[in-house]
Amino acid sequence: MTLTTEAEPKQHPLVSATGHILKARETGIGIALVLVVVVATAINPTFLFSSDGFRDLLLTPSLLMVVAVGSAVIIITRNVDLSVGSTVGLTAYLTGRLFIDVPGIHPSLVFVAGIALGALLGLINGALVAFGKVPALVITLGTMYIYRGINVAWAGSDRINASDMPAGFRALGTGDFLGIPLLTILAVVVLVIAAWYLRNLRSGRELYAIGSDPDAAHLYGLRVTRRVLGAFIVGGALAGLAGVLYAARYGTVSSNAGYGWELQAIGAAVIGGVAISGGVGTVWGAAIGAYLLLTINRALPIIGIEDFWQRAVVGILIIGAIVLDRVLAVRQHRRLIAAREGTKS
Amino acid sequence: MSTVTVLTQKPAREYKAYQHPLWRRVIVNREAAIIGLLALVIVVATVVVPNFDSPLTLTYLIREIAPILLIALPMTLIIITEEIDLSVASTLGLSSVVTGLGVQAGWPLPVAALLAILVGTVAGAINGALVTFVGLPSLAVTIGTLALFRGVAVGLLGTTAISDFPEFWTDLARANIPGTPVPVIIIPFLVLALVFSVLLHFTPFGRTLYAIGLNKEAAAFSGIDVGMTKFWLFVMSGSVAGFAGVYFTLLYSNARGDNAIGMELQIIAAVLLGGVSIFGGRGAMHGVIAGVFLIGTLASALRLAGVTSDIINIITGILLILSVVSASFLAWMRTKRVAAIGRKKGRSGSSSDTA
Repeated sequence: MTLTTEAEPKQHPLVSATGHILKARETGIGIALVLVVVVATAINPTFLFSSDGFRDLLLTPSLLMVVAVGSAVIIITRNVDLSVGSTVGLTAYLTGRLFIDVPGIHPSLVFVAGIALGALLGLINGALVAFGKVPALVITLGTMYIYRGINVAWAGSDRINASDMPAGFRALGTGDFLGIPLLTILAVVVLVIAAWYLRNLRSGRELYAIGSDPDAAHLYGLRVTRRVLGAFIVGGALAGLAGVLYAARYGTVSSNAGYGWELQAIGAAVIGGVAISGGVGTVWGAAIGAYLLLTINRALPIIGIEDFWQRAVVGILIIGAIVLDRVLAVRQHRRLIAAREGTKS
Repeated sequence: MSTVTVLTQKPAREYKAYQHPLWRRVIVNREAAIIGLLALVIVVATVVVPNFDSPLTLTYLIREIAPILLIALPMTLIIITEEIDLSVASTLGLSSVVTGLGVQAGWPLPVAALLAILVGTVAGAINGALVTFVGLPSLAVTIGTLALFRGVAVGLLGTTAISDFPEFWTDLARANIPGTPVPVIIIPFLVLALVFSVLLHFTPFGRTLYAIGLNKEAAAFSGIDVGMTKFWLFVMSGSVAGFAGVYFTLLYSNARGDNAIGMELQIIAAVLLGGVSIFGGRGAMHGVIAGVFLIGTLASALRLAGVTSDIINIITGILLILSVVSASFLAWMRTKRVAAIGRKKGRSGSSSDTA
């Protein structure tokens, strides 16, 4: 037996970086997204090459992207939040209500209020999960009912209309900068911050450690309770932000705003390579997953498939993504075993 | 030294100290608490809510909760093995669409119904295969098939609905057992409930389910085929959801792709409320049935009392959270108590040593 392990052949940093990017999961769904856009554009050029088409392509998924980034942070800690759709609905209604009930309120205060309400709802989830020692699936199933119930009880059959909100606020939902919608820019800023945090900060890395093995993380001395609580607060705050943006984008808010978004957000994260069993994945993946989901939704009628089939496509994507993850994991496992056998002989 | 002799002399008493007496275990447990709560709701509603005691209330209650009752039976088994099936309501919708399309194509209803149940069974087998043979987590698989099955159901019918069904069968779905206010759907439910209860509580198969839920690896090492067991549970879940889909379609004379949308969450809420642990390995069929009846009765009583459905949803959510949080609180209390007994034993042992 030799003590020196075989040194990896030295590679030019640029080459290894390219190889890394090519192998990354995010690249795969990114390519799928580009493919969908190219095919849809080839069939109907207005899909991309009209001012509306390009704008919709960027704008429509950006709200879901914000929610999906939050969901990814929670799923990475091996938890899940089923109540985010209800949170989006509640904060969207709060946004409209504030503009009606507090005349002349500054839009930035509305943002603060929406994000704060979202964070509070996330804190409730996180506290029940962390201190009740109950799986997040069950807790957030309960709070999903509760938050939506509060929303319906509060709103009733009342609807917020575009005319209830100041033009400046509505412009945020419809305006653009250099041809790129403001909402998309905002969503990307959120994404970059979240990605940077998860990748570079100690507390961000700890979220992965907790998701990989909560017991080991606890034994190692990580502050599991605090981190999980933090993840839920971030997830809730981002859903709250998405609720405010929802009001700005659509103008009308009824009590079923955000209905079903929790499954779309979890679906986007899973398609983007965030493992539902925690510890694996990036918010980049979740964000591209959200774009892929909603772009397919828009592309289907153009490709000649009724958009009723959209959900079926989403289902196949989710199943395909998790099967792919599994296949890759098994192959990796085999390769590691083969490598070990190789060094023994 | 003396502790060893104590153990060998009185092993039974030694262990009994860690357990409550039998009468307490029968009265003080999750299932009994839920049944007691159900009885309380019924009594209070009968006294307070006008018209609650009318036979019609019972008829509508059972009609409405029948699909939940049916699907909760296999769901209980699945959650006891620490898995979950989120796709059941989508399977119900798909089965409903197949029933409708079959009847529209001119088939006799029993043929369409059989095909619908078969489609449900295949849907369950897909879930089971992905969980067992591909080795995927059931939460992720059934979130995917939740979207997939629903998507196929909605894709097949679009926004149209089929509402032309043979009167004989729709009448049967709405019929009561002659001379009672109880709908006939209770008969297949009782048969299935009996089958699933016996399966879970009185057969080796049932005991393997608890074993899997408590410790998968230990179960596998003791010779249980964990994979195939789970596969068959998902198949059962799909067939029952398929049957529930046929019933749902006939009851409302309406085959739509979005039938029973969101019902999976009501079913899981009822099962967990009934005392089944989401961690697996714990739960009983009578508790689950009481849990479904509790949610249904509470909703129907509140509705009769003029409470809106959003408040009912809030109450359902609070009940669910309270039931799981209280369970984990009680478990924490129990570990404290056992530890206290352990300390006391240690003290008395050492004192006898010194004497």
